Amino acid sequence: MGATVISNEHALDGGPGPLGATYGKMMMWFFILSDALTFSGFLAAYGFSRFKFIETWPIADEVFNHFPFAHGVDAPMYYVALMTFILIFSSVTMVLAVDAGHQLKKTKVAVYMALTIVGGLIFLGSQAWEWKNFIKGEFGAVETKGGSILQFVKKGANGEYERVALGDFALTLPEEREQLNRNNGFWFMSEASIPSHSVNEVVQGFKADESILVRTETINAEKEKTVLTREESIKRLADTKYVVEGANLVRNEYGSKLFANFFFFITGFHGFHVFTGVLINIIIFFNILLGTYEKRKSYEMVEKVGLYWHFVDLVWVFVFTFFYLV
Amino acid sequence: MAHAHESHTGRIWKVFVILSIITIVEVLFGIFKPKSLYFNNFAGMNLLNWLFIILTIVKAYYITWAFMHMEGEKKWFRRSIVWTVVFLILYLCFIVLIEGAYVFDVYKTGHIKWNF
Repeated sequence: MGATVISNEHALDGGPGPLGATYGKMMMWFFILSDALTFSGFLAAYGFSRFKFIETWPIADEVFNHFPFAHGVDAPMYYVALMTFILIFSSVTMVLAVDAGHQLKKTKVAVYMALTIVGGLIFLGSQAWEWKNFIKGEFGAVETKGGSILQFVKKGANGEYERVALGDFALTLPEEREQLNRNNGFWFMSEASIPSHSVNEVVQGFKADESILVRTETINAEKEKTVLTREESIKRLADTKYVVEGANLVRNEYGSKLFANFFFFITGFHGFHVFTGVLINIIIFFNILLGTYEKRKSYEMVEKVGLYWHFVDLVWVFVFTFFYLV
Repeated sequence: MAHAHESHTGRIWKVFVILSIITIVEVLFGIFKPKSLYFNNFAGMNLLNWLFIILTIVKAYYITWAFMHMEGEKKWFRRSIVWTVVFLILYLCFIVLIEGAYVFDVYKTGHIKWNF
């Protein structure tokens, strides 16, 4: 038989395992490894779709340009940069908690843990606000029969094209269309809320206002969206099928349908990780207060949830790059 | 591993400063988009995007090594995690992105009109 003697004494209690790590910590690392591969699968799928529609993909700076209390101000990226800072900072308080745990300082661990939880909650709130803006939309657009999104622009004071909201030029025509709800048809029939303007109102309004032009999804050599001439615009608008306001899983006013789907899916899945991270942090926080780890003379549990929390931060760093920067 | 029980707070704050500076640099580049980077391509992607990806990997390195304390783990434990994930992600990106670019060509030069 082999000469190596393996002791099973700590096989189930998370005690010393192979390679100088405890079993608990090692399994947390391998869980993170598999979760990292899941996320890279999502991001690679996003990359696939983006390469597939490279000439028509929405420009992130134009979509995510909101900042709290700054309505109508074009502020690309500042808000997500702020969210990144919040998450990095909560990572710092987490690692400070782990550090204090190594020195068995219970109060210090508890305080840093509480700060980490607060940071996580602020991040979740920020993400909710981001989703709200994305779902609500700002300018509105129309979709053609061929599935292409047409947006509206107007030459601004500085000679650059500015986006125009549908409400600014759409006419109000004497036409009525009621939303189909379960209480006025069959119980199983209903539809999504009707856009604030009908296709006809938008097209007639466009024809009435000479200054407005159509902007297509196609990205030109200057890496900007192509603006059509007045004649081309009217020709393209003849194909209009839907008025699109905001975003859902079927269509969105920003352009490619996959863009919104990936946004909801990837940031949603990451947000879910943050949410579970906060929950686990809260459980550990109460365990610290109860003195569980004090009795164990080891704060390794804090270290293990810390690994998970840093991983969530790590994923956000990549989501930030591939969704907002690249 | 023998855990020395001294405090590492100095290093933690240093890493925080490094991560913050990298993020600020990324945001500045993202806002100003220097033309020399934005309009020059390398391997099918513009230099600005390459810069963002490299800076992101630097950030990932600091988070993993300093915050997740990978630097303190045994060499082969570290490698079993890092090499696995790096190899699989590179392979996935290689195969999926090339396929995406190919599908783009098919749509662009083929006979099907798909977005009009």
